[in-house]
Amino acid sequence: MIRLIEDCDPSAFEMLKLLYPHSGNAFIIGITGSPGAGKSTLIDALILEFRKLDIKVAVIAVDPTSPISGGAILGDRLRMQRHATDEKVFIRSMASRGQKGGLSRATKDAAVVLDAMGYEIIIIETVGAGQGEFDITTLAHSIGIVNIPGTGDGIQTVKAGILETGDVFIVNKSDKPDADELVHHLIMMINMRRPSESSLAKTNRAKTNWTPKVLKTIARDGTGVKELADTFLSHFDFMKKHGLIDRKRKELEHLYFHSLLKDLTLEKLLLFMKDSEDCKKAEKKIRSRELDPLSAAELMVNKMTVFQSNNKET
Amino acid sequence: METTNKIRVLIAKPGLDGHDKGAKIVALALRDAGMEVIYSGLHQTLDQIIQTATEESVDVIGLSIMSGAHLPISEKLIDMMREKGLADIRLVVGGVIPHQDLPKLKEMGVAEMFPGGTSFEDIITGINNLFE
Repeated sequence: MIRLIEDCDPSAFEMLKLLYPHSGNAFIIGITGSPGAGKSTLIDALILEFRKLDIKVAVIAVDPTSPISGGAILGDRLRMQRHATDEKVFIRSMASRGQKGGLSRATKDAAVVLDAMGYEIIIIETVGAGQGEFDITTLAHSIGIVNIPGTGDGIQTVKAGILETGDVFIVNKSDKPDADELVHHLIMMINMRRPSESSLAKTNRAKTNWTPKVLKTIARDGTGVKELADTFLSHFDFMKKHGLIDRKRKELEHLYFHSLLKDLTLEKLLLFMKDSEDCKKAEKKIRSRELDPLSAAELMVNKMTVFQSNNKET
Repeated sequence: METTNKIRVLIAKPGLDGHDKGAKIVALALRDAGMEVIYSGLHQTLDQIIQTATEESVDVIGLSIMSGAHLPISEKLIDMMREKGLADIRLVVGGVIPHQDLPKLKEMGVAEMFPGGTSFEDIITGINNLFE
């Protein structure tokens, strides 16, 4: 089923429609961080903790697709292989297949399937991310950002970007030097961002705002992982208690709808345009330099009947 | 919607031998040929391989075996694949395999054999040909 989704098989779309009503129960955790920060190893240890509580866990691990060959090596699973035969653990690797933002387009759809299958916690591991990959925020209810000591000074933690989105900050490999300094910087960053947030919201949200947590772990030997698992679960409880989870789910549903709308519109329109006579003519004119690509694209879009009626109205 | 079919391959090393350089290099070569390779690492039990192949919905299982146990391992895995309804996944085997064993493997139902010395090109064409 996930395979059909990845391959954009039309039957997958129909099946997803049937499955969708059964989804909406899982707690979705996103794990992101730079390559080599220890995301996979940490997830491996997290699975162990969740399994101790008899929670059914699914993992979607995304690795990059080669921009050159279109192939991929999916190696996240390698670190989680000890759970392979546990029936209540489902691990699926996905290649990013050319999507920027650290996630494959099919990731959301796959999460719907796993959710409908009754997995209580779904962990999504993004490709090793830098500062700009926040696709995960459109999917997950709780976001864990894995940091490692020794990768830059305090200013890195106050930059805009992915760090602003974290609910739980993990300082992994905390047996390395400078771990405490990083923890300190992260806490400072969190304290700095809190006042501005509540003044923005101006409502009673300050009380129901989750304060991001900073935790130290050593994924390889499991140090601090139990606390991490507990923190994710308490974030979930917190969100349930304050009605935040429903709001979050609605918000994500809204984003899902709009991204589908965008994708479907684009696909349909492009399919229609690419084979049209106008397009061929335009391509020819661009090749002979009669027309520049910018005007050509504008002309094509303006010619479409949908937009023409739009133009008349305005 | 545009369908995109990519061959998904699970590369696994069953049993106890600890040499995975070959398996890793083959994984790279397959990636460069545009396939999606799930690399599951050393010391895989057959149960792990079966479960991984199911969860990852692969088209091909590629075993790297250098311990000399290619015959019993392949036979057992094929039995398990049939039992678990994975009969349409193709099994290919590489590693240290004496030539006199190749017909035996073929007879068992191994789709392709790539004994030591096979070129990357032959491995890639061999796998691609399974899907034409």
